[in-house]
Amino acid sequence: MEALFSLVVGVLSASGLYLLLRGRTFPVIVGLALLGYAVNLFLFSMGGLNTHAAAVIGESISPTDPLPQALVLTAIVIGFAMTAFVVILAIRARSELGSDHVDGQQGEEGDVGR
Amino acid sequence: MNQHLIILPILLPMVGALALLLMGKASFATHRRISVSLTAALVAVSLLLLSHAASGELTFYSLGNWQAPFGIVLMLDRLSALMLMLTAVLALGCILFASAGDDTKGSNFHGLFQLQLVGLNGAFLTGDLFNLFVFFEILLLASYALLMHGGGKARVGAGLHYVILNVAGSALFLIALGVLYGATGTLNMADMARRVATMSGDQAALVTAGALMLVVVFSLKAALLPLYFWLPRTYSAAPAPVAALFAIMTKVGLYAILRVQTMIFVDSPAAGGITAWLWWSGLATIVLAAVGVLAARDMRPLIAYLVLVSVGTLLAGAALGTTAATTALLYYLPHTTLICGALFLIAEMIGQQRGKAGTRLVRARRLHQRHLLGGLFLVAAVAVAGLPPLAGALGKLLLMQAAEGSERLWLWPLLLLAGLCALIAMSRAGSVFFWASYKGEVTAGKISRPQLIGVLWLLASAPLLVIFGGPVSAYTQATAEQLANPQEPIRQLLGDDPTQQIVLIQDTGESP
Repeated sequence: MEALFSLVVGVLSASGLYLLLRGRTFPVIVGLALLGYAVNLFLFSMGGLNTHAAAVIGESISPTDPLPQALVLTAIVIGFAMTAFVVILAIRARSELGSDHVDGQQGEEGDVGR
Repeated sequence: MNQHLIILPILLPMVGALALLLMGKASFATHRRISVSLTAALVAVSLLLLSHAASGELTFYSLGNWQAPFGIVLMLDRLSALMLMLTAVLALGCILFASAGDDTKGSNFHGLFQLQLVGLNGAFLTGDLFNLFVFFEILLLASYALLMHGGGKARVGAGLHYVILNVAGSALFLIALGVLYGATGTLNMADMARRVATMSGDQAALVTAGALMLVVVFSLKAALLPLYFWLPRTYSAAPAPVAALFAIMTKVGLYAILRVQTMIFVDSPAAGGITAWLWWSGLATIVLAAVGVLAARDMRPLIAYLVLVSVGTLLAGAALGTTAATTALLYYLPHTTLICGALFLIAEMIGQQRGKAGTRLVRARRLHQRHLLGGLFLVAAVAVAGLPPLAGALGKLLLMQAAEGSERLWLWPLLLLAGLCALIAMSRAGSVFFWASYKGEVTAGKISRPQLIGVLWLLASAPLLVIFGGPVSAYTQATAEQLANPQEPIRQLLGDDPTQQIVLIQDTGESP
């Protein structure tokens, strides 16, 4: 399970990082979202992975650490808010700057991520 | 002191922000009155907390009465009291200035301003790393909206970069927290410090990785090289009172670095790496910012680069790590923050009277109140370049005295040359603004009274910090000594006996 989990987190963050470095706002936002998922999964695993343990003390003999779940909940809420904000901001930038390029202009070489 | 006073710097602006956001239909005058009186009350509360912390006593406040290390605690020591005071003073100047009309250019300025103060004060008070993340997000989200206040092409473009960078930075912050939690099993700073001190092998390597990632995140907030490229554009695009308030934002990063460096990772293998990174990037930041100061063709980016010079100076000072260096940098910190804030406001007032030319360094029409503005500009320029008799000179002198050996070889010339660059740039800007003007009618109106009061309030810090130089430097020295002794807060918060803590679940690593 650890191998699969780390593979998923790794692929998610690698694709997130790749998209984050693109030149247009839409891929950048998708990149941020992917990176956010990777981070949330990573946070979820930070107390150690365990398949047969509830996060409630008394429900199982060796309960799992409840703190990461509380943290990941907070992180998800904040992450959603931020993603929503960036999406709106990108739409605003598209209308104000007349281009969906992150720099606000159609660069000759910067024309990537089409 | 009432034991609940410590949470007031968070609650006061939070309740105020909610009230201001809910009463959106009330007149601007009402909004301003509430916002200014709230901020003035914040200054009073911070003053009380400062006088309490000056006694050297550490105050802890367990939220919901959950005991550390399980619950979230707020911690007030001399450093956080100093930062609270600085925030409140800067905020009062900015809000007075904004009340002259900048707040009417968009919606909900005052509510967002108060939310920003919630985030700042919370970040300075919290004793828990995850809570630090949450307060960072609060202050960032408020700053995104404030930056966009009034709209316009430049702001949206700069804002997009700023927001994307900070969201990516937050992701890195969370990864660092996850790594540190995985290695130490706690997020409370004092508890983590205690556990890091006894770590070895793989765990220690994880802690080092987490610590360095944290420092990268904080360097992004503090705008240290190579993570500063967002700052000049963002700060010069922001509305003047917001840019002035942002002068404290880089110091939040510095505060967080100081906090984790002196408290958590002081004995860990990560300490050496952090110091080396801070020292060399701090020096390189000074160099590049000084070049930027000389190259700027507009007053606003010029001031933004001056903010960067101070960031580089402060972080190089933090890398020295001695008590004398920390004393010096804590003396220099309030001065440079307030003066950079005041400069943004003065630039705005100058821009208002120059018509289309704004703050660009070109020949333009004559200023309406050139004697008043010239006087203000002169005081601010002398202060920011670090010339005697104002506080900048004293702060830099203290910092240079704190450097020893080969550090002196690097710090002295860079610091002095950066001061010279600032002086050259400011004299050039001043002569363009006040001397190189076309003859003819002046059309712009006068500076309004709240604007002038706001600027004078901030500018007064430069002479005051010299006049009260003795008590202030005594306070910062006591702060540095308190920071140099991180065992004390740990002992007071968690007790003497480390075995009495419940060991968190360790045996969850195996998968069936």
